[in-house]
Amino acid sequence: MTTPLGRRLVTTVAIFGLMAVGAIVLAPLVGSTSISLGRAFDFHVPFADNTDAQIFFIARLPRTLAGALVGAMLASAGVVLQGLLRNPLATPFTLGVSAGAALGAMLAITFGWSFAWLGVPAAPAASFIGSMAAVGVVYALARARHRGISTNVLLLAGVTMNAFFSALILFVQYFANFAETYRILRWLMGDLDISSYEPLVTALPLAVVSLAVFAWLARPLNLLSLGPESAETHGLDVTRAQRAAFFSASLATGAAVSVGGPIGFIGIIIPHLVRLLVGSDHRIVLPASALFGAAFLIACDLVARTVMAPIELPVGVITALIGGPFFLWLLVRKR
Amino acid sequence: MTKDIAARSSGLAACRAEARRVRWREGVWLGAILLTVLVTFVCFVVFVLEPSARSSERPTRIVSLIPAVTEMLFAIGAGPQVVAVSSFDHFPPQVRRLPSVGALVDPDVERILSLRPDLVAIYGSQTDLRTQLGRARIPVYVYRHAGLADVPATIRELGARVGHADAAAALARGIETRLAAIRARNAGRPHPRTLIVMGREALSLRGIYASGGVGFIHDMVEAAGGTNVFADVKKEAVQATAELILSRRPDVIIELRADPLSPDMLKREMNVWSAWNSVPAVKNRHVHLIADDRTVVPGPRVAEGVEIIANRLDKAR
Repeated sequence: MTTPLGRRLVTTVAIFGLMAVGAIVLAPLVGSTSISLGRAFDFHVPFADNTDAQIFFIARLPRTLAGALVGAMLASAGVVLQGLLRNPLATPFTLGVSAGAALGAMLAITFGWSFAWLGVPAAPAASFIGSMAAVGVVYALARARHRGISTNVLLLAGVTMNAFFSALILFVQYFANFAETYRILRWLMGDLDISSYEPLVTALPLAVVSLAVFAWLARPLNLLSLGPESAETHGLDVTRAQRAAFFSASLATGAAVSVGGPIGFIGIIIPHLVRLLVGSDHRIVLPASALFGAAFLIACDLVARTVMAPIELPVGVITALIGGPFFLWLLVRKR
Repeated sequence: MTKDIAARSSGLAACRAEARRVRWREGVWLGAILLTVLVTFVCFVVFVLEPSARSSERPTRIVSLIPAVTEMLFAIGAGPQVVAVSSFDHFPPQVRRLPSVGALVDPDVERILSLRPDLVAIYGSQTDLRTQLGRARIPVYVYRHAGLADVPATIRELGARVGHADAAAALARGIETRLAAIRARNAGRPHPRTLIVMGREALSLRGIYASGGVGFIHDMVEAAGGTNVFADVKKEAVQATAELILSRRPDVIIELRADPLSPDMLKREMNVWSAWNSVPAVKNRHVHLIADDRTVVPGPRVAEGVEIIANRLDKAR
């Protein structure tokens, strides 16, 4: 069993890894302005005087890395949630994480909160807190009536929380002033222009933890795809696996949203595309989705920042414009 | 059987004819009464209600939904005529005592109507409100957000509308004179390339939106003797990425805010910029955060706002 799987895993990871690394290396070379790479890497010029180096290292590189992190997190969280809920339409935002995050960010922006004492700007921190609050409520609801987790209740509670938080967002937004409303709207579109490494450093531990759990989850998710009862007979502690899947996917999504805002479609098209290419074994789908998600989001962001320069398009618009038609094609083609 | 039916139907026809005559007579009476009521009503509206609704000569109950217009009204001596303002009005201090009736997106139509205004100043985009006020036959003054040159023009127009034409003309002339003086003072001097930041996320350099080459904020900075680095973008606001700002290399960064900041927060917000030290403005300490509503309200204090900006720009000349 191990040898063919091991070989397939190595080939798949190598191919998708090459794509991700290629994207990370190539994307910073292009931008809305043209810079001299020779000068950017000329370390004899002090960094404070070297505009090309600052554009490369402050504007482009963190942005590319943010695309990689957010893309990988959202794509793999999508795989996990589709496996957990056994529903191909599940996305990282289905269970209310993004709406909770949006509510948190919006409260921070509207009321001008600043968590300077935390060392992080308010909006990302508040969005993370909001997403975790939403996760807590949804989990409590899903547990309330069953001994384990009911995925149906999870799904319904998540969808309801999304609607409820969206209503709260509209309610608070109605009282926000014009500039704040605009900033909220901009936040909701998703934006990877983080212009420093701090958001990445803050989100990285969360990403590592959730990726570690994802790695453990690959086999349980394969068993879960047979149905919870079957999985139980194969010796899987279903409740534990479901709980781990739910919390790790939520953590990954919360971290991704706190960095780049709720960027849509990555979490749904990447898993399906990868499954089309490599089959449905989660041990291969998970790493491949993470790597491909990273490459895809970097590419979308590259389009967003260059196509209409100096005006930049929101990256969420690009992912939806590419993702929407692609997903429809996928739906039609399968029949 | 058929005869019987015929006789009955002829009797029925006579009855019907009689009924028709009665109905016709009643109809005439009813029509006459209705006509009288209608004529009375129209006369009432035209001769009793209309004069007060149409007294655009000198409105005495003005509602202003625009802070800039409120300031203008008070500055030209029409303050006592103002009965309500928007929820964003803070200046002059007297407006705090007046009821607030919403703003651009949430005008409280019911409260506005209950105040029985004879002039309501609204934004050009508030078309629904305009229709509603039109239905209530309340005159409106339609304000349009435009360039710096439109501020004195708006003051003159407003003054003529509310019966303070002379004071308005004097105020407008004063603003034009002051702006001309600032322009003359900076005529032969260098115009530093300036980034005008109108908003960003708190304590970070994310989500910066800057003034493009259109609108009164752009005009103010150009009048103050600066050159907007985004003058080529023909939009009011530019979502400026890190790359864009680093590559434009502004000599001065001016951040404008309407609400005051504590000295501690001001210092913290200024420090945020130090991450981008290849930008000449940051390197040479020409970053200015101006939390003063005179620089963001296109009202009668706009020349003061331009002077404030010009003084900051002087440090980089």
